[in-house]
Amino acid sequence: MSRNISFILNGEQVSCEIMEHWTLLHLLREEMGLTGTKEGCGNGECGACTVIVDRLAVNSCLFLAVDADGTTIETIEGLASEDGSLHPLQQSFIDNGGIQCGFCTPGMIMSAKALLDENPHAGRREIQHALEGNICRCTGYIQIFESVEAAAKSVSGHKGGENDR
Amino acid sequence: MKPFTYLSPESLEQAFEMYGRHGDSAKYMGGGTDVIVKLKDGWMSPEVIISLKKIKQLSMLNMDETTGELVIGAMVTHSMLEKSEMITKNYPIIHDAVSKIGSVQIRNVGTIGGNLVNAVPSADGAIPMIALDGTAVIQGPDGKRKLMVKDLFLEPHKTVLKPGEILTKIIIPPCSPNTGSAYIKFGRRAAMELPLIGIGVLISLDDSKKTCTKARICLGVAGPVPMRAYEAEKILKGRQITKELLTQAGEKACEESKVRDSVRGKAWHRKEMIKVQVRRMGLKCLDIIQKNS
Repeated sequence: MSRNISFILNGEQVSCEIMEHWTLLHLLREEMGLTGTKEGCGNGECGACTVIVDRLAVNSCLFLAVDADGTTIETIEGLASEDGSLHPLQQSFIDNGGIQCGFCTPGMIMSAKALLDENPHAGRREIQHALEGNICRCTGYIQIFESVEAAAKSVSGHKGGENDR
Repeated sequence: MKPFTYLSPESLEQAFEMYGRHGDSAKYMGGGTDVIVKLKDGWMSPEVIISLKKIKQLSMLNMDETTGELVIGAMVTHSMLEKSEMITKNYPIIHDAVSKIGSVQIRNVGTIGGNLVNAVPSADGAIPMIALDGTAVIQGPDGKRKLMVKDLFLEPHKTVLKPGEILTKIIIPPCSPNTGSAYIKFGRRAAMELPLIGIGVLISLDDSKKTCTKARICLGVAGPVPMRAYEAEKILKGRQITKELLTQAGEKACEESKVRDSVRGKAWHRKEMIKVQVRRMGLKCLDIIQKNS
């Protein structure tokens, strides 16, 4: 069955007609064309599809689009400012070699953002715990942890705007 | 995924009414982290999904001040339990177990009730609930019933829930003052793993902290359903707990277990780990009791 839902996506109110069996991942990628969010395993094992729903990191492949109704959702597309300047996490992944093939990166960054939004002073252990659901087959994780640590330092010392809350 | 109709009742009564209307073609869904995988893989293909997310009473987590009981709504997420300071302080075994389920993304959505009802032999959430003598409250169109969480499981993927019934909450009775509890999910990697073996131990000591007044040794992946090692518990009860005694209890728990070979590990390895980890978790319980005094 189809139905209409509305939610806040990257700061903008959106309304759309969905099928009740669609996942949020399907809605974002296939219907809205927001292909920054990746589909890896499709079973909640890899974290490539991570988005933030009401401030919590979730696997969008295991989250029904219908449950997005009334929520606030952030995807990787919402991180950079309108003038193109990158979010501290994005910049830090570039600066610290946290990206190789890049497929896991949007999920990694969204998981890291959910962590830093909740705990801007997160240390290595908290970062590891927060990223345990995101698999990377290239980097060996060290540069990713370093990227998030460096971003944590810049975010927590940064006054922050709406996106950095 | 095969199309389905999605219903989201706001009360248990509405949920039962919807189930009554659709019968076996309907499935209840909690957080969905297990159900959606099954839908995608075609292991289940209901025509109707009845989501329990909007039934507010199922998401309550609170300590009943008058009875001292901890009441955990079935739709409380693993993250809610993991982040609760009250749980970490008073029920470390719950924190140990839920903080190792899946990943942050899974824990933010997956629920304790769903973990129990899914009834896999490796359900990390089940062990602390059994060790803490939790009671499962089940409601259905024909009324309410209660049973011990340990009696909830019949076989892998099968519980005593009858069609239309919903696990609504778990009630944990008050623990006596000198109680320690701990759980270890033992596997080959720390993250995104199902346990090779899951071991939960709870020990209560008397006022002088010499004699064990209550012992629980609970094992996951040690048989088709989560189990208690009753004979091993008997070794501890009424005695002064020492490392040697915990070693004996570990050996007994190993005898009582019904471990088998699987893709994740061999039976002999599981048996050895039961011996070691029962002892270690027992010692951790004693540590916790010491630290809290």
